[in-house]
Amino acid sequence: METIDRAPADHAPIDRGPADQPLNRRAFLKGAALLGVAAACPCAVISSRAASAATIPGEDDRFVTEAAFYEKLDNLKIRCVLCPKECVIDNRERGYCGVRENRDGTYYTLVHSRPCTHHTDPIEKKPLFHVLPGTRAFSISTAGCNVNCKFCQNWQISQVRPEQVRSIHMPPAKVASMAKQAGAASIAYTYGEPVVFYEYMRDAIDAGHAEGIKSVVITGGYIQQKPLIELCAHADAIKVDLKAFSESYYADVVSGELKPVLDALVTMRKHGTWTEIVYLVVPTLNDSDDELTGLCRWIRSELGVDVPVHFTRFHPDYLLKHLPPTPVRTLDRAKAIADAEGLQYVYVGNVPGHSSENTRCPGCGQVVIARSGFFVRSNRLRDGRCSECDHEIPGVWSH
Amino acid sequence: MERRDFLRRSLFVAGAALVGDLAPPVRAHPDPSTATSKVVIARDRMAQALDTAMQSFFDRDDPIEAWRQVVRPGEVVGLKVNCLAGKGLSTTPELVDVISERLQQAGVGKDHIVIWDRQNSDLEDAGFGIITSGSGVRAFGNDAIGFEPHLQTFGSAGSLLCRTLTRVCDAVINLPVLKDHGITGVSLALKNLFGAIHNPNKYHLNAGDPYVADVYAFPEIRRKVRLTICDATVAQYEGGPAFMPRWVWPFGGVIVGTDPVAIDHVGWGLIEAKRTEVGMTSLTEMGREPRYIATAADATHELGTNDTGRIEIVEI
Repeated sequence: METIDRAPADHAPIDRGPADQPLNRRAFLKGAALLGVAAACPCAVISSRAASAATIPGEDDRFVTEAAFYEKLDNLKIRCVLCPKECVIDNRERGYCGVRENRDGTYYTLVHSRPCTHHTDPIEKKPLFHVLPGTRAFSISTAGCNVNCKFCQNWQISQVRPEQVRSIHMPPAKVASMAKQAGAASIAYTYGEPVVFYEYMRDAIDAGHAEGIKSVVITGGYIQQKPLIELCAHADAIKVDLKAFSESYYADVVSGELKPVLDALVTMRKHGTWTEIVYLVVPTLNDSDDELTGLCRWIRSELGVDVPVHFTRFHPDYLLKHLPPTPVRTLDRAKAIADAEGLQYVYVGNVPGHSSENTRCPGCGQVVIARSGFFVRSNRLRDGRCSECDHEIPGVWSH
Repeated sequence: MERRDFLRRSLFVAGAALVGDLAPPVRAHPDPSTATSKVVIARDRMAQALDTAMQSFFDRDDPIEAWRQVVRPGEVVGLKVNCLAGKGLSTTPELVDVISERLQQAGVGKDHIVIWDRQNSDLEDAGFGIITSGSGVRAFGNDAIGFEPHLQTFGSAGSLLCRTLTRVCDAVINLPVLKDHGITGVSLALKNLFGAIHNPNKYHLNAGDPYVADVYAFPEIRRKVRLTICDATVAQYEGGPAFMPRWVWPFGGVIVGTDPVAIDHVGWGLIEAKRTEVGMTSLTEMGREPRYIATAADATHELGTNDTGRIEIVEI
């Protein structure tokens, strides 16, 4: 089953170097072990859609741009202030994300214009249900992530360094032109974690806007306030993967922290950036009534009842393979709790055909947007209002 | 039996036949519940220090005989150097040259020796030329050969292993340097194997505990690393892992052992002693005590011992 915002199946695989060579001890002894050294700088294209773009070796100055958010310290060290981890990084070392490097006391991103995957998806796959429904989103990601979720379905791009995956050179203007060519209404920064390719995302957002294309950010929301506020001024919508409502889960399963994510959500709302929340319900780890109730009450009091919340189904992957997929009844229970707390737009995801994929008008209860999986079956909104009762449905509805 | 397995076995049998009744290679990790771990610290000119240390560790009169306790002819031997800091605080080519010579004298073909680290550029910066073909000793980084596609997991760690370790090498000689580390306290034998995984940047949280121990506990690592020779030509007690000339001192020797936990424990002690000598606060007081060393010794990992009473330190 295709799950929410899984990278396309033909995304660039981890670069195993001469992957197609019969590399083993025998080959090595025959002097053939490095036959494929050149292939470590892969000549194959990233995908059929990128057939015209050559792939890139690991070291390439085209991708190296000074990072926007860091502080210089003594002894050639730096402190990254892009995300709350605040990595202190020695010369020649990289941060936790693996895509930013200290070179003689100056900090660089290594992934500007360096996507390792791109695809055109329904925007419902992100999922964003209140942003230009039924349109397509030109979706890109680079390698790297600032957390390490044990359930990550895209770990083969998020948990690797840029030189370990095949990438292409796609400057911001090219992103915009490819999005336009694909007939996309938006560019989505997704699959991996766009916070780690912040500078590239920021420049691509501007390039997209110049072409009349919106930008949506799919993120864990683990970002410092200063870069976030700048991002809010640029992005048209942000979807936050709120992984749990407990610090212990963030420490044990995510290698991150909850509070900065909650702070980020509040900031997004404060700045008027359209925001939706996905909560991946993982059996036994973040699905208790208490935790879900606490989450919904916090959303109601700090963000408002009109923030869409998607409870999505977990599938075993990466380092969490011993747990079963989330039972649908658990998702239904989560939705019931959210409904009882008064949240108005509560969805169930990764369960195609579930009735809670639809958007209902809080005014009259009618279905205003009907969906099946990632596809919109009908849209009865009129200028952002219910066509039955004229209730205003919040979201980004116009291009 | 697959043809490849057959060839591997044939190569091994052929190699063993050349040297007659060969003793089994040294156990990579002594039984932590009973054994005493020996750590030899030898200070001298490089070749002399290495030979003396090997003879002492293996209780042999001849250094070549000592090496024959570690490797067998026919095996492919990886020399895992540590080159992150560039010239000045990396495993020295001088040490690697001597080891390579001794391996050949012990019956390992020069084309069966591979020097490896994370990246070609790291090796080059430390003075090693990249050699990927030919009949001599080879040297290349993980970026040249890539990683396995399947995750290895142990405890909190999940990583892809470099193919030099998994597919090329039968045995690994671990060649760290004696140095401070700004996050994990020290970077010695255990942490040097971060160079075998694709995601070391993920495992510096909590001063590397338990990740350093978890990674070393991957079966392929603990099975193949046979010996640690810590290059302490120069050592650094502050400012690591980068090379900071103001904090290095000329230790002038090597530290040899088969128990990586014992070596790390002893090496940590040496760094702490130097810090005390120059009036610096201890790593523990600085909040970067290398707790992963104790974790590596625990019942879950059993990678060696950090019990001072069970570590026999021989200083030469």
